[in-house]
This record gives sequence, structure tokens and C-alpha cells, in this order.
Amino acid sequence: MIPAAFEYHRPVDVTSAASLLRRLGDEARVLAGGHSLIPMMKLRMAAIEHLIDLQDIDALKGISIDGDTVTIGAMVTQAELIAHEGLAKVAPILREAALQIADPQVRYMGTLGGNVANGDPGNDMPGLMQALGAAFLLTGPDGAREVAARDFYEAAYMTAREEDEILTAVRFTAPPGGYAYEKQKRKIGDYATAAAAVLIGKEGGRVAHASVAMTNLSDTPVWSPAAAKALTGTDCGPEAIRAATEAALADIDPTEDNRGPVAFKRHVAGIIITRAIQRAWSRA
Amino acid sequence: MTKMHIKLTVNGKAEELLAEPRELLIHVLRERLNLTGAHIGCETSHCGACTVEMNGKSVKSCTVFAAQANGAEITTIEGLGSPDALHVLQRSFREHHGLQCGFCTPGMITRAHRLLQENPAPTEDEVRFGMAGNLCRCTGYQNIVKSILAAASEINAAQEAAE
Repeated sequence: MIPAAFEYHRPVDVTSAASLLRRLGDEARVLAGGHSLIPMMKLRMAAIEHLIDLQDIDALKGISIDGDTVTIGAMVTQAELIAHEGLAKVAPILREAALQIADPQVRYMGTLGGNVANGDPGNDMPGLMQALGAAFLLTGPDGAREVAARDFYEAAYMTAREEDEILTAVRFTAPPGGYAYEKQKRKIGDYATAAAAVLIGKEGGRVAHASVAMTNLSDTPVWSPAAAKALTGTDCGPEAIRAATEAALADIDPTEDNRGPVAFKRHVAGIIITRAIQRAWSRA
Repeated sequence: MTKMHIKLTVNGKAEELLAEPRELLIHVLRERLNLTGAHIGCETSHCGACTVEMNGKSVKSCTVFAAQANGAEITTIEGLGSPDALHVLQRSFREHHGLQCGFCTPGMITRAHRLLQENPAPTEDEVRFGMAGNLCRCTGYQNIVKSILAAASEINAAQEAAE
């Protein structure tokens, strides 16, 4: 499988990359780790005249932790997320989720920026970013702007990023309390049949705050404030978890595909959400 | 389409060639450099038969453009051992029956090599998790895991003896 021909560019800073993107218009795409884009190009489902490889842009690399503010460069790979001890201390859910993505070889190449910017409902990080209430930093011809992860996803592969913008970093506040990223997949390398990200804060034996989000159960990642509301103030017992799971299931809209019919996906989603809440609570 | 001038260091040797940007690293290795150890299996980033090491990472060379690899250091199975002087992993795969048809073996060994660089004394679970990007349709994996664990013990024993 050989992709169609393209011109290759490897700029060394964001400004050059952004001006290339503006000049070349919709014939150009940026390349991060390439593990979503290259397979699509090989299948000739993506026709790209100009590929702008971001690998030499140092400003897109690195993880910075300033108090409880975490900023992760778009070109940080899943393997780097997993290996970063500082990140594991303040936001261990990143490592837990990244370890469930694809396989080791893909994690060496696949980046956080590519994972969140691609808009594939099967990608795990967008769901997690809903739970965290993260912000995405975008740079375009008119400068930089920030878009809330919860406002970013419009439909499958459709996001708030403009054609001439580059997603440069992800920023969030380190979440206090318990966490879990729970995922069911058919096999290594597959996307989730269902996955859930849950964050829970505990005070005096009760849920002080919660955030619940899901992956691959709609054409965008799903954040469920109703599920969080069903948990808040409770002892996170079986009754509360059942109510929260039901609330979360009311927010999803899965479609039938090779991972199963809708009824099966709803069944799996219910189990995954319940497990994620239980595990997050046990760590709160 | 314009060809690009690409420089690589492959198994310690500097290589220069002209390639179209769309050429994949696996094709450059096999067809330009005649390094046919890394295999083309699924061509869809799943099977790991094309695994090589690039700048200290295990990568599936069917999912890397040669252009991306420009300037990189690459290690292939040919760089790990030779028929007269097998790498300890190669010897271990032979001794512990870690292969049958052998198609996945170059990718398995190249990946296992990187895994042991990062985790010199892995548990069985860690080996299985770390090798999850390489598929084998013959062995059922049991003897592959055994081969890697045995190679790790051998490397560690040799290092202890040297200290």
C-alpha cells in the first residue's frame, strides 16, 4: 500500500508551520506521530498534497507542571506521557489511559496532540480531556487562542480547529482525588468498544465533586454532567453508582459497527462506567 | 514528484539515498538498502513484522515515511547479530523454540531488544505487555516469552559476573 505522492515539509518552529499551512491551504495537513494519518494515506482515504511534519519543532515538546497547572506539548508521545514521573504524581489518569492505547510501537510514535486534534471518536484522550475540563491551545495566522475541550468536538473528525490552525498544547488543572480510565477493547490495537474516564473527590465519606466522560460511544466524546450530579453528595454506594451509570447511558448515542450492535455497546458501556466509578472512588 | 535526499545511519553505517517522500521506511530498508530482515506483514500497523529501532524507539517501519526518518539512527535485525555470532536474543529464540515459520521473528527480536534496554529484568507479564505490538501466528507466544525471559537472565548473569 503506497500513498499518493505529496510534498514533504519539516519546519523548525510553529510560525513557519502556521505560515506553510496558510499558504498551502486545504491541500496541506500537519503530521504528528502519523499513526492515524499514514494508514489513511496508505488506504488513499486521505489525499494530501503537502505534509507538514512537526517533529523538529521543539516548542511542541515537553511537559510542564506549574503548581497544579499541567501543560503538555502537542508532540509529546504516549510513551513520554507514560514515562513522566512528575505527571504520574499530579495526574496519574494520563498514564493509566495512555497505557491502554494501541501497542508499544504505536505509543512511541503517537502523540497527545494528534490524538486530541484528529477528532476520531475512537481516540481515548478526547474523552479524558472532557473529564479533566482541559483547554486546547491553537495557533493560527491571527495568533493563539484557547478552546475548551468540551467545546472542541463537533462531529466525527470535525472540530473547532480551523484549517489553518495548529493545535500546539493541552492544558488542564491537575485533578484532586480518585481517578480511573476504564476501557474495553476487542484486542490490542483496537479502539474502545466502550471506555470511561472518571474523577471523584471525596470529603467526609461523601462525593464532593465528580466528572464522568466516555469514549467511542457517540460521534464525539461524551461528557456527562448528569452522571456527576447523580454521584455528588452521595456515599458512592451501589444505588448512587446505578443512578450515575443510568444518567451516563442517557447521554450516549452509539452506532452499530464491527464492535457490535447498539444494545451490546450500551451493555458494555454500563459495565465500564460502573467499574470506572468504583475504581475512582476506591482511590479517592 | 521530487525526490528527497535522505541520510540515515543504519546499523551504524551512514547511508544516503534519493527517495520520494511517500516511500515508507520499510521499503527503503528492504528495496534500497537490501536489508530484508524486517518483513512486510499486514501493512496496516498491526502485526509488528516490520519493527525496527529508530532513535531508540521501536517503530513499525510500514507506518513511517522515509522522509520522517531523515537524519535518524536505525537498527534492524541485521544490526543485532550475524549468522556466525548470533545475538543472545537470537540464540535464545533458537534454543527455546521461540519461532516456527520465522516470519515474525525479526520484528519480535528487534522489539524484545528495545524492551530489555528499557527493562532489563522484566516479569512475564511485562514481557507480554511490552511485546503486545508483535503478532505471531505459529507459536502461541509461550515460547517467545520464554526466549525473551531466558535472554534477559543470560544478559543479567553475564553482567553480574563482569562486575
